[in-house]
Formats: sequence, structure tokens, C-alpha cells
Amino acid sequence: MKKSSTFIIYFLFILLFLSSTVSGSFGASEQFKGKIFNPGNLKPIATKTHLKKGMKAPDFTLPSLSGEKISLKQFRGKKNVVISFVPAAWTPVCSDQWPGYNIAKSLFEKNNAILLGITVDNIPTLYAWTKEMGELWFPVLSDFYPHGAVSKKYGILRPDGVSERALFVIDKKGIIRYIDVHDINSRPNLEMLIKELEKL
Amino acid sequence: MDKTRFILISVFVLIFVSYSFAIEKSPLEGEAFPDISITPPENQNDIDYLGLKEKKSFKLAQIKADIVIVEIFSMYCPYCQKEAPVVNELFNKIQENNNLRNRIKILGIGAGNTQFEVNLFKSQYDIKFPLVIDENFKIHKAIGEVRTPYFFVVKINSDGSTKILYSKVGSIQEPSDFLNMIINKAGL
Repeated sequence: MKKSSTFIIYFLFILLFLSSTVSGSFGASEQFKGKIFNPGNLKPIATKTHLKKGMKAPDFTLPSLSGEKISLKQFRGKKNVVISFVPAAWTPVCSDQWPGYNIAKSLFEKNNAILLGITVDNIPTLYAWTKEMGELWFPVLSDFYPHGAVSKKYGILRPDGVSERALFVIDKKGIIRYIDVHDINSRPNLEMLIKELEKL
Repeated sequence: MDKTRFILISVFVLIFVSYSFAIEKSPLEGEAFPDISITPPENQNDIDYLGLKEKKSFKLAQIKADIVIVEIFSMYCPYCQKEAPVVNELFNKIQENNNLRNRIKILGIGAGNTQFEVNLFKSQYDIKFPLVIDENFKIHKAIGEVRTPYFFVVKINSDGSTKILYSKVGSIQEPSDFLNMIINKAGL
């Protein structure tokens, strides 16, 4: 009896602790209420990518949510490619990053660009998470196994196993034209990206 | 045993208090809307709609209306995207009514959004009422970092003071019911 009440007290203290820490909201959407894990404020950037503007983008093939495999090289000569790496599903900023891109489809199309969203999560997790965002028009790719291999190729796999919040713009020739390894805690604004696309 | 119970109860009280503090940060019904400066909308039509004399930062109480419906949104928020047609319908209902058109105004505030992002949201959903930016979350912080969409219905008194009639997160649901609720609460 005594033991179980001690347990309850510990449990409540933990609750109390959690309730006081989970408060910052990032202008978060009501949609995700109660479903977003709050990692707190993280080290803004924890890697240093070896890639630079003007270099050839490393090719990769990854499974997508829709079931098909997507390779970077399939867009060669056809479309500019924007890769949006986000750290992980169910985390604060990224849960409100892709839904914004979702209403910017026409801006990507105008610049003859496709968007590829990539995280290190597995497909079932990505499925559940993106479902909360509504129908996404762009492919979402899983860099789950071997874990974070593509993120690593792009030099943005953080020591804790998630990727940086990073944008790569790759032109039709497969050359990297823009890199934004962003502060993981904040959202890159849209016009910077669109401006880079317009330069291509 | 009594001691354990005492500890249990005090922990419960602590939790309760911490929760109510968290809630207290957002202005509630009956309180005034924070007296904070708002970035003006970009286009002249929207400035005219709000009844502002010039394109300059303004306070909510300067809007020429009896009631201002404030929507805190973000272009990036899927719930706000879903809510956009609903708020458009509310706007249309107000505009169609000769008695309400000049008395109830709607203002959208884009938490953490840039002008470019707000403009995209406006054109994507064909929004006819003004949307302004809160790029650095200044307003968002002053109202307790609410989740989005969040709606305030604010009464503007003749002495320039304000009183919140409605303060709630999430959809306004049925626009005509929402409008009736405002009319009743404001005594329009």
C-alpha cells in the first residue's frame, strides 16, 4: 500500500514536470495538439556538411510513402529538385513546415521544380504523421534503413541520429545550387527558397 | 499514511495551479485585448476596410468597428488551411448584412509568418479580409503563444477600451451560429 502511493507521487511529480516544460508552441497548429513531442531547444546545427554549391548532388534511391522508389537521377534533365530534410516526424517545427509547402505547389510548378520531403523515420510513422497534414502533393521519402544513409551522404546526419533541418536546391543538371542547413529550432521562410528557385 | 495523503493532495494542487497559470497567459473573455501595435496590411483596400487613416502600425482599438474578430493563424498550419473557407463564409455573411457590415470587422494575424507567406495564404484561399504579419511572434507572445487557429471576438468601446467576448482555440464551427453568438453577446 505504502509502496504504491509512493509510486503515484513519483508519477504525479513527473506529470508536473512535464506540464511545466511542454509549453512553447512555435505558433503550432491545433491539428497536432497533444501529439507533438517537444524536445526543447536543441543545438541549432550539429553537423558540418561537406557539400557546397556547384557540386554534384549525391544520388540516392529511397522508398516513398506511396510505395514507389524514388531516385534523384530520375529528375535529371526534367525538373529542378528541392530536397527538404526535416529532423523527425512528430516534432514541433517540421510538423508546421511541410503543410506550408503543401499550399505552395503552384510556386514550385512555376519554377519547374519538384519537392522531395525526407526524414529518417520509417514509412508507417511517416504515414500517420503526414495524414495529419492532409493530402500532400509531393513525395515523402523514408531514410530509415540503413539508418539516415542519405542524410549522411548529404553531411547532415546529427550525432543523435536525426537529420538537420536542411534545404537543398538541385538544378536539372544535378548540380547543387543552394544549401540552407537551418537552425533546427526554427522554420526557414518560404520566400528565400522561392527566390533561389527563381534564379535557376 | 496521513502524511502520504497530504503529499498526494499537495501535488495535485500544484499540478492544478501550474495548469491554471499556463492558461492564464492568454487573455480571456471579459478581459481587454493586449494594447500592442499591429503591422498594417499591405494593400490600401484592407487599410480602408479597417478604417485606418494611413498605412502605419496601429492598435486594435483603432479599427473602425464595434466588434473585431481576430484570427491568429499560420500559413503553415493545416487546421488554419481547413478553416480558411469557413472564415470566408463568415466574412461573406457579415458583408451581405447592411446592419453588420460596418460594425463587425475581421482581422487575421499570421503568427511567425512573413509578408510573402501571408500573401500566399491570402491568394490561395481568396481571402477578402485583411491578413497582417506577426513575423517575430511579438503579438503571439503577448497573447500567451496560443495554438492556431485561435479566435478572439473583441468589443471596442466608445472610450477606446476593449473587451474580449470570445477567446478560444480551434474552428468557429458553423459561421451563422458563430455570428449569432456575436450578435447576442455584443447586443448588436
